Amino acid sequence: MARILINVPPKAKRGDVIEIKTLISHDMESGYRPDNVGKTIPRDIISLFVATYNGAEIFRAELHPAIAANPFLSFTTIATESGRIDFKWTGDNEFLATETALIAVE
Amino acid sequence: MTRDAHSPTRRGFLDITARFAGGLGLLLTVAPGAGRATPASMQSAMKKIVGEATLAKGKVKLELPPLVENGNSVTMVVSVESPMTIEDHVKSIHVLNEKNPQPNVIGVHLGPRAGRATVSTRIRLADSQKIIAIAEMSDGSFWSDEAEVVVTLAACVEVL
Amino acid sequence: MAALARTYRLGEDDDLGIVAGNRICGELSTIAALIATVSIISGWPAIAADILLSERKSGYQFLARETRAMQDDDTANPGMLWVLDGEALWNRKVGKANKSCADCHNDASTSMKGVAARYPAFNEAANRPIDLEQRINICRTDQQNATPLLFESNEMLALAGFVGRQSRGMPIAVSDDERTKPFIQAGRAMFGRRQGQLNLSCAQCHDDNWGAKLAGVSVPQGHPTGYPLYRLEWQAMGSLQRRLRNCLIGMRAQAYTFGAPEYVNLELFLMWRARGMAIETPAVRP
Repeated sequence: MARILINVPPKAKRGDVIEIKTLISHDMESGYRPDNVGKTIPRDIISLFVATYNGAEIFRAELHPAIAANPFLSFTTIATESGRIDFKWTGDNEFLATETALIAVE
Repeated sequence: MTRDAHSPTRRGFLDITARFAGGLGLLLTVAPGAGRATPASMQSAMKKIVGEATLAKGKVKLELPPLVENGNSVTMVVSVESPMTIEDHVKSIHVLNEKNPQPNVIGVHLGPRAGRATVSTRIRLADSQKIIAIAEMSDGSFWSDEAEVVVTLAACVEVL
Repeated sequence: MAALARTYRLGEDDDLGIVAGNRICGELSTIAALIATVSIISGWPAIAADILLSERKSGYQFLARETRAMQDDDTANPGMLWVLDGEALWNRKVGKANKSCADCHNDASTSMKGVAARYPAFNEAANRPIDLEQRINICRTDQQNATPLLFESNEMLALAGFVGRQSRGMPIAVSDDERTKPFIQAGRAMFGRRQGQLNLSCAQCHDDNWGAKLAGVSVPQGHPTGYPLYRLEWQAMGSLQRRLRNCLIGMRAQAYTFGAPEYVNLELFLMWRARGMAIETPAVRP
């Protein structure tokens, strides 16, 4: 069950730079750990995170095994207009998770 | 601090800690046959990003704690001085390391809509090492900052 | 004196069948030798002195700045992922009775306020104290007619985390009466007793040497103010019993199975020792 925590201010003034924080539960199995009988546990990570604001991409991150489990990403964007900010995480083994936050901009 | 007769002749107290207190620490127990990043592989990863351009020091601020509490999760903040306008902004930020199994940590793509060029995340560090953050500007120039981080491990780990 | 000062090294006299190798706290063995030697030389008894109530500090105060920031921000605290899950589980109907926790307990922020702060608590049916996880399972089996949750399962940690969160900020207040006293004493005895191959007692580190460094991290006083918590070492949420198990294995002492009365006695003693300190669940620790 992909649990996601998003922090986007619900309201902002046009032109303000807002901070967006995202947290998603995922083991980010690096592919370098041996299990208890010495066999390497295969890699299983989130490799891409994309944020769009009313459809336009505002942030993209390529994640590697060096990103800690339960990846946390914080970035900024200019509050341009009211609408939705969509978040998408994709990764190994066809991992896909999405979330949306609404924002009112005056 | 006494060293026992079997300890390896590697530099420093921390290397001994790393050797003795391994265990569940994520990247410490590297599976046999796995690659290991080296300063050389970090250099070639840098070359892939920067190409033939010059990599200058400056404009970028890489914040990492100098002594890490646990290498499994280290808070990192990268910020770049830039007006973030259409004419002059940060296009991307790449972070590289020298001692994890792979040199790449994260690659982030921004643009003028970002308002500020600041990114924060949590990374894994397998060992005490140097980390580099490289910013690519809209005019094609590259800027960087680096940090040396000391990584110790939990003294008491659970057996699987 | 020589026997107490000897450092047990990996692979030596290892008849416990525990996997040897680079997994045990090598540094701890050296410190154990140091403590043992100093104890004998100075004539200190093995029983350590309690920390003064006014000198007690939560593990939070030993954290690096960044780790504190992780705990302080509910939108950046990975433990909150479990707490959110717990909230969903609270409202989910389960078992043959098809009941959710909410069906009996309604809004957890009211009904569960203060509950985690007084656990472990005495249970009439068991005729001994039980901890919060065991209490949750009693509800599961007796009220919801559902299978008990496995200790350390994500669901158990989520529910315990969600319930614990409702006590955040409240002072720990476990009962210290005729019924619980003998169990607090049993926990205290375990806390002060030398055990394991390293021949260390909990008190020697957490009463006598808190604040000192062990492999770059400060030795905390060992107050369970924030359980279940997100431990960076685990990269996951875990219970107090899991942490105690880590300590015991690190000391090369016998670890118990989850739910063992020895753990609950020790939990009760530790919570009593931390009485009055604020609950921080879900905390973040290295």
